[in-house]
Amino acid sequence: MSTSNTTYYIPHRATWPVLATAGLLTTLVGFANYLNGSSIGSTLMIAGLAILVVMLAGWFTLQATESESGMYNHGVGVSYRMGMMWFIFSEIMFFAVFFGTLWYTRNLSVPWLGGEGAKLATKEILWPAFNAVWPTNGPANVGGHFEPMGAFGLPLLNTLLLLTSGVTCTWAHHGLIAKNRKQLIQGLIATVALGFAFVLCQAFEYHEAYTEMGLTLGSGIYGSTFFMLTGFHGFHVCVGAIILSVVLFRSAKGHFTPENHFAFEAAAWYWHFVDVVWLGLFIFVYLM
Amino acid sequence: MSVVTAEHGHDHHDDHAHGPEKGWLRWIVTTNHKDIGTLYLFFALAMFFVGGTMAMIIRAELFEPGMQFVDPKFFNSMTTMHALVMIFGAVMPAFVGLANWMVPMMIGAPDMALPRMNNMSFWLLVAGILLLASTLFMEGGAPAGGWTLYPPLVLQTGKALPFAIFSVHLLGISSILGAINIVATILNMRAPAMSLMKMPMFVWTWLITGFLLIAIMPVFAGAVTMLLTDKFFHTSFFDAAGGGDPVLYQHIFWFFGHPEVYVMILPTFGVASTIIPVFARKPLFGYSSMVYATAAIAFLAFVVWAHHMFTVGMPISGELYFMYATMLIAVPTGVKIFNWTATMWKGAMTFETPMLFSIAFVVLFTLGGFTGLMMSIAPADFQYHDTYFIVAHFHYTLVPASIFMLMGAGYYWLPKWTGHMYNEKVGQLHFWLSAISVNILFFPQHFLGLAGMPRRIPDYAIQFSDWNMISSIGGFIFGASQLLFLWVVIDTIKGGTGEKVTDEVWEDAHKHGLEWTLPSPVPYHTFSTPPTMIPSDHR
Amino acid sequence: MKKTKQLFASATLASLGLQSAHADYTLNLMQGVTKVSNDVYDLHMLILWVCVIIGIAVFGTMFYSMYHHRKSRGHKAANFHENTTVEIIWTIIPTIILVAMAIPATKTMIELDGVQNSDMSIKVTGKQWYWDYEYLGAGVHFESHLDAVSERVHRDGSDPHGVPHYLLNVDRPLVVPVGKKIRFVFTSVDVIHSWWVPDLGWKKDANPGFINEAWTQVDKAGTYRGQCTELCGRDHGFMPIVVVAMEQPDYDNWVKITLEKQNEKPDLSDLSREQLMANGAAVYLKNCVSCHQIDGVGAPGDYPALRGSAKVNAGIDPLIGFVQAGTSKMPSFAKLKDNELAAVLTYIRNAPELGNKVGDEIQPKAITPVYDDE
Repeated sequence: MSTSNTTYYIPHRATWPVLATAGLLTTLVGFANYLNGSSIGSTLMIAGLAILVVMLAGWFTLQATESESGMYNHGVGVSYRMGMMWFIFSEIMFFAVFFGTLWYTRNLSVPWLGGEGAKLATKEILWPAFNAVWPTNGPANVGGHFEPMGAFGLPLLNTLLLLTSGVTCTWAHHGLIAKNRKQLIQGLIATVALGFAFVLCQAFEYHEAYTEMGLTLGSGIYGSTFFMLTGFHGFHVCVGAIILSVVLFRSAKGHFTPENHFAFEAAAWYWHFVDVVWLGLFIFVYLM
Repeated sequence: MSVVTAEHGHDHHDDHAHGPEKGWLRWIVTTNHKDIGTLYLFFALAMFFVGGTMAMIIRAELFEPGMQFVDPKFFNSMTTMHALVMIFGAVMPAFVGLANWMVPMMIGAPDMALPRMNNMSFWLLVAGILLLASTLFMEGGAPAGGWTLYPPLVLQTGKALPFAIFSVHLLGISSILGAINIVATILNMRAPAMSLMKMPMFVWTWLITGFLLIAIMPVFAGAVTMLLTDKFFHTSFFDAAGGGDPVLYQHIFWFFGHPEVYVMILPTFGVASTIIPVFARKPLFGYSSMVYATAAIAFLAFVVWAHHMFTVGMPISGELYFMYATMLIAVPTGVKIFNWTATMWKGAMTFETPMLFSIAFVVLFTLGGFTGLMMSIAPADFQYHDTYFIVAHFHYTLVPASIFMLMGAGYYWLPKWTGHMYNEKVGQLHFWLSAISVNILFFPQHFLGLAGMPRRIPDYAIQFSDWNMISSIGGFIFGASQLLFLWVVIDTIKGGTGEKVTDEVWEDAHKHGLEWTLPSPVPYHTFSTPPTMIPSDHR
Repeated sequence: MKKTKQLFASATLASLGLQSAHADYTLNLMQGVTKVSNDVYDLHMLILWVCVIIGIAVFGTMFYSMYHHRKSRGHKAANFHENTTVEIIWTIIPTIILVAMAIPATKTMIELDGVQNSDMSIKVTGKQWYWDYEYLGAGVHFESHLDAVSERVHRDGSDPHGVPHYLLNVDRPLVVPVGKKIRFVFTSVDVIHSWWVPDLGWKKDANPGFINEAWTQVDKAGTYRGQCTELCGRDHGFMPIVVVAMEQPDYDNWVKITLEKQNEKPDLSDLSREQLMANGAAVYLKNCVSCHQIDGVGAPGDYPALRGSAKVNAGIDPLIGFVQAGTSKMPSFAKLKDNELAAVLTYIRNAPELGNKVGDEIQPKAITPVYDDE
């Protein structure tokens, strides 16, 4: 083990975590009040988000300063990498819930409602008119008529955008290792731009779904799984793009060396993770 | 090590010269693993009494048939909140507190791997519990659909619903960050001589628990997120009319829920494996099989979830698979119990309070394990399910198991933490009162369940009166006895018996754990340079 | 065997200075009255004895060790810490026991699953908070609520001792013939409920939007009681199940009478104020009390109060429409017959215990149909 404890950096006082907690709590209390129809909800939520923005800026700056002044030895770097890895693992489990939901409803609950297997009586007694074919909004035709989202068109374009952004991200990494700062920055700019382009296309797709296709969150189980999976993924793309922007900003300031660039690595891992999830989405939500 | 870091290593030594911050601010901004461990432990103790008060309300209402004190809805809120507070506010935080205190000291690390995140884990926990507790005072009352939050019932909750859901999110983030920290600490911060298979069992059990937490907390968060969208954003995940299925929630919940119960029991195993060898004056029997058994239990935890749902109407193939898989858990669990027994065999035992709690744990946890084995038999579970038999089962695995070992750990390490000896007489009194009353409290519930009393009912038929009254009496004695523990903790911190404890506290304890090589009380910073030797019993 | 257990039970209770309140007291699982329930009982006893024997061995060893291997007796600690042979043995033996257990368990599980070739089907619908029984193909259809005495006693908090079958009694039990294979189909209209009669040997969840199936064949005529076992909200503890198993001729007779009564036209003749109030109180206790409560105060945040409510105390016609049609919060009570509706409306507008005093009486003929009965 190469960790040398004598130089493992231990901060002796931390103020950002408490602020982070306060920000999260305020945001969530605001959101809950908003959902309950209380008028202070949105104000609280905005206040909470503002605290979170300040906190993130402060905490990121602190970490960047410490990192750049060389306070983190190899051991600290290993801890950060492990932290990021396990965080991504927890995110994988989060997505697994929604993929699992899609699998369960398509392969079990919808066929059961259609009388398959041991559930013949479910169709006969409760839903005699239901024809269980995916995509469906359920036996009660919840949300009315809708058109399912096709795979070719915007989703395919989005796939290309994200895959390309994965390539540009890796290209930037090569630039960083080769001490080619220009390549690093250009690669990152391309990645962030592709990321935001993806989000834009997604927004356009949602707009079309709501206004022209009758496809909404309320369109039964198809609408629920479609928007939950793609929306949750879109949220992650936004987060990833913001993290990459921070990394871009730091790269422009001359941060990172070929040996020491944990923040870049973390952002890149996260981005590739978001990329892989999209491939899963493209196959299971759009294609199949 | 690069030149740059060496230079800053010097600053770092200055840091270590720092004692704690002055005043109350110390507890808000601290990154010290011992401070944060203390915060977790005190918070857990406070929540133990809050959740305990709810249990007392439940037992008071059930003391006699007829409705005496509370409204049925409030009764349901109490059973729901009692479970949530005890699980997420008391037992889990208490074990995280122990991990914070002990893991760095047991592996020879200067602190946790990610100290700032450590601070955040704690405060997110407080925020989550605050959010949860606030629902008690809301219009429509606290959630009353059971801690499992099954839809559609939970969707009938009033204003409390989004608060409860966000509370689960916060508690989830707190647990995930805490677990990541513990896993990174164990994998990255061990003293050079301490290979994985030389780690103390407590560290091993927490490493595995950490994996479980990281894997399952997002699952619970995902499940409650879908509750939120079903309630407020017109989705149909758990509504058959739209093609969903309420049972889907149960599958997701128990995919989280079953590993979750092991999150509460695996560190318990670790504490028992730590304490028993010290008072048997013998190394732990079958160390490697203990490690493999723990890992096997953790693996099985992910593939047995639907044994909580034998009556939901699964296809027969599902019923059979989950029955067989569940029965298998008995094998590694049995190995652990046999190993503890073999550790005691031919030892030179003494029976101080920590050992008494450990022995009670082994015996009473085994009872809970037996009823668990009975429930794994699916056709028999068609009778046991959702009755007081189940209530008795899981309380045996939580109260005289998890909570007893937490108390045992408290008695075992308090002298090391404070430098003072606790009052052994009061400790023993606390033990005997607890051990006897916990059986008066929960053993009769087996009879009630078998005789046909469903769980989560505020009132019952006359033939269930006697055992309910006995159970309530046991409950009141158990509840009151815990005040003794509170007294012991405060008394020990204030000086205890006045007897100055040695560094190793317990006879030959230095053979069993690195923490006993440190001074008592432990200094604010320990193992700034890693130890070169590890205790002889670590092999 | 059963005798000894009861003796043991009463002896234990007596030693604790308590009287056994009920003659059928059991400490153990009920054997029940079906083949399946007996098979389940046998499985339960088998696994219980396996646990008892393992427990005696493990705890015996442990307590022997605790007595003999004490430091205070001068025992010196040995230093062994592993033994591969015994570790393998105590991994393999439990595995063999488990496999042996799995065989009979699988058999019973398959038996429980076999709903085919049934003689009749009953649809059981869970509702907050009562059961609805429909005999498929036979036309019998009725609701089964907690009986009025238990309902009143648990609501006003009085002493339930002496109430016959407190909380385990219903106004209309489910009647089944003995010796016939009966298939049950379970569903729910609101939340998940679970239907459990211990003497039949199983319970099954009633899920909204899905059908679960189970079957039974009762071998012995008698009355068997159970309860809802899935938390279903405020009155989860107050929706019992009573099954009465009858010999076939008695059952046929019961069906005949029930159908006749079911098809009777309600008597819409005028009633005295006292009769209206008495009938209304009964209807209220069965249909309204769970939400609006015995004193009409409702539950803040969940259900509105009737006490002093403007809607209740204003004109009668909107009120009739309101109760018949329901709202987004309240289900429709179109199922109430005109005479029942008239009585309950008179009651809620005039009952002193609800604190309302409009001073009118509504006769059955005054009910204008918003929806027809049935």
